[in-house]
Amino acid sequence: MSALDVVDVDVAFDGVRVLDHVSLSMASGDITALLGPSGSGKSTLLRVVAGIIRPDRGSILIDGTDVTAMPTHQRRVGMVFQDNQLFPHRSVIENVAFGLKMAGVGRTSRLERSAVWLDHVGLHGFGARTVTELSGGEAKRVALARTLAVEPAVVLLDEPLTGLDRDLHDRLAAELASLLRAAGTTALLVTHDADEAATVADRSLRLADL
Amino acid sequence: MNRLPRSLVAALAVVPAAALTVFFVWPFATIVSEALTGAAIRETLTRRGTWEIVWFTSWQALLSTVVTIVVGLAPAAVVARFDFPGRGALVGLLTAVFVLPTVVMGAAILAVLPDALDRTVFAIVAAHVVFNLAVVVRLVGALWELLPADMEAAAATLGASRWRVFTEVSLPLIRPALTAAATVVFLFSFTSFGVIRVVGATGTRTIEVEIWRRATQLGDLGGAAVLTMLQLALLGLAVAWSTTLQRRHSRALGLRLRSPRRSPSGRRERRVVAAIIGGTFVVVSAPLAALVIRSFSTPTGWSTSAWTDLGRSEIRPGLRVGVDPWNAIVNSLTTAIWATAFAVSIGALASLAIAAAGQAGRFLDAGLMLPLGTSAVTIGFGMLITFDVPPFDWRASWWLVPVGHALVAVPFVVRTTLGVLRSVDPDLTAAAATLGASPVRAWHETVVPYLWRPLAAAAGLAAAISLGEFGATSFLSRSGGETMPIAIERLLGRTGSILQAQGYALATVLAAVTVVVVALTDRLQSGVRPSGSRDRT
Repeated sequence: MSALDVVDVDVAFDGVRVLDHVSLSMASGDITALLGPSGSGKSTLLRVVAGIIRPDRGSILIDGTDVTAMPTHQRRVGMVFQDNQLFPHRSVIENVAFGLKMAGVGRTSRLERSAVWLDHVGLHGFGARTVTELSGGEAKRVALARTLAVEPAVVLLDEPLTGLDRDLHDRLAAELASLLRAAGTTALLVTHDADEAATVADRSLRLADL
Repeated sequence: MNRLPRSLVAALAVVPAAALTVFFVWPFATIVSEALTGAAIRETLTRRGTWEIVWFTSWQALLSTVVTIVVGLAPAAVVARFDFPGRGALVGLLTAVFVLPTVVMGAAILAVLPDALDRTVFAIVAAHVVFNLAVVVRLVGALWELLPADMEAAAATLGASRWRVFTEVSLPLIRPALTAAATVVFLFSFTSFGVIRVVGATGTRTIEVEIWRRATQLGDLGGAAVLTMLQLALLGLAVAWSTTLQRRHSRALGLRLRSPRRSPSGRRERRVVAAIIGGTFVVVSAPLAALVIRSFSTPTGWSTSAWTDLGRSEIRPGLRVGVDPWNAIVNSLTTAIWATAFAVSIGALASLAIAAAGQAGRFLDAGLMLPLGTSAVTIGFGMLITFDVPPFDWRASWWLVPVGHALVAVPFVVRTTLGVLRSVDPDLTAAAATLGASPVRAWHETVVPYLWRPLAAAAGLAAAISLGEFGATSFLSRSGGETMPIAIERLLGRTGSILQAQGYALATVLAAVTVVVVALTDRLQSGVRPSGSRDRT
């Protein structure tokens, strides 16, 4: 059984077709990169999978269950946004613990688990900081920890390393690859950078070919 | 230097400064001295009725605020997040209702509610809520728009339901706007006068109403003055508390970009959004529609008699009720014209002086804003008890009411004009000087031409304020000199369906005139920035 199936999805904005009969299948633990120029609809596909955008046609299956009509919060998808979307009114640890809180995990337990995730992403001791004082790379790590902490069925990464300087970019790409593999996560990565795709993912696809 | 001569700046400032001193500072000082007598203070503060009134004023204001916020959040969210046909119309309608005179809103609520609810606290709160929805929708909506939709989506991907997204992410982040909106609504409801006078029962009294009753009905000037001071103190506390709250909750979010609005998608979302839009339209427009309908309704069926008889002061041959609607319309228009003329001349002179004077201008600027922080009732009361001794016994003068209105309007004139004046690029004046223009000439050529448009807009605002002014007028208007708001309150306060229908007809006229004037003003203001200006944002 595949972890994620995108079946024949169409999306149009104001009459312009952005996704046209797109289909995609991913096995569990698979890390796939989706390549394509900006504006080609890669992010839209991630949003359709996450349930943020409703497709005009087609369906989304996660672990074999049709989730097309299911609201985002019930889908068990995690998403790392290009601009992180950390919650500015919460500390670093509270950001990481947010998903666990929504899942009903008790305070002590969720803070412990979040601290472990902060260690995983190399931010030991950062828990009490406010997210507005983080550097670009640190914020990205927090976003990653926040998403992985709830152990979602599928992790969606929308240009996660765009906008970082070259050095940091390469370091984070390698870290990201090992983190995702260590967690055994099924992950769909959107990027316009073929090198990044090769570093992080098991296979690369072009949206135009789907 | 290229500065205007000091003598000219001083000459510009002298009239507004004198007007402020005579018609605001002096009356206010009179109230203070009236209040500062041991007997009046003791009598007022030990009277049980005083504290019952303070209690009622506070809880009805608090209840109005909470209900307005709760009712206003859903339309605020919808307006911030969604694009839908009629979005502009909805915001426009809410804003139009916000600028309606208090007496008209009171009349509209009386018209729409079933008789059993008239003259109840429910009616008072309903009026405050409908009135102030625009405050919540506009203030909260504006901040909500800046909150990235993706941040809410991020919370959803982490397992937060719609409700939890709202309570855990959106609500904490819009809290500064929420506090600001709640403060505005609370201050408005706390100092409510026109609404209470129209929809409240005879014994229903806020502090403002009690000030008016003591001063004009019971002749207890000392008591009224003490209550004025007490109200100012309570308002000061409320503002201080809200400022601290806002400071504590404000964070640098670095939110600059408006999140793009989208169309509602999916059947459920479309239904919820449509219900919120429809509900808001109904809540806001039903009272206005009822106003018009009730003006045509008599116990014997539909009739246009309330309208055709507006000019007749006798309800039956030989029987007069002392309210002449047609006369009130004429009075209102004349008063508005004079009030506008006073407000615009004082405001224009003041703005020119403030813009040219630099540091010293700040005093005049701050001074002219004072009437804004004082309730109209306080202004009217102060003028009533100050100008009653010869040679300053001006109570019978035709110009006293327009001057009172002008005082309320001047802050708006100054704010409208000053912003434009300050945005004129100083290099423009310097350029004129290099071309041989004297400072006065350069100023005349480069600054004055920008003045007309904001002044026209300010004139519209002043006219709208004067047309609907009720608080100060209640103290100052003389028999035979009733303005529309005064006449509406009287007509609706009488029993008799003909009088009621006439009250509703007159309220309809006032509502229509106000909305037209404000709409015209809005159009003028949208193009108010001079083309050669520097962006000061």
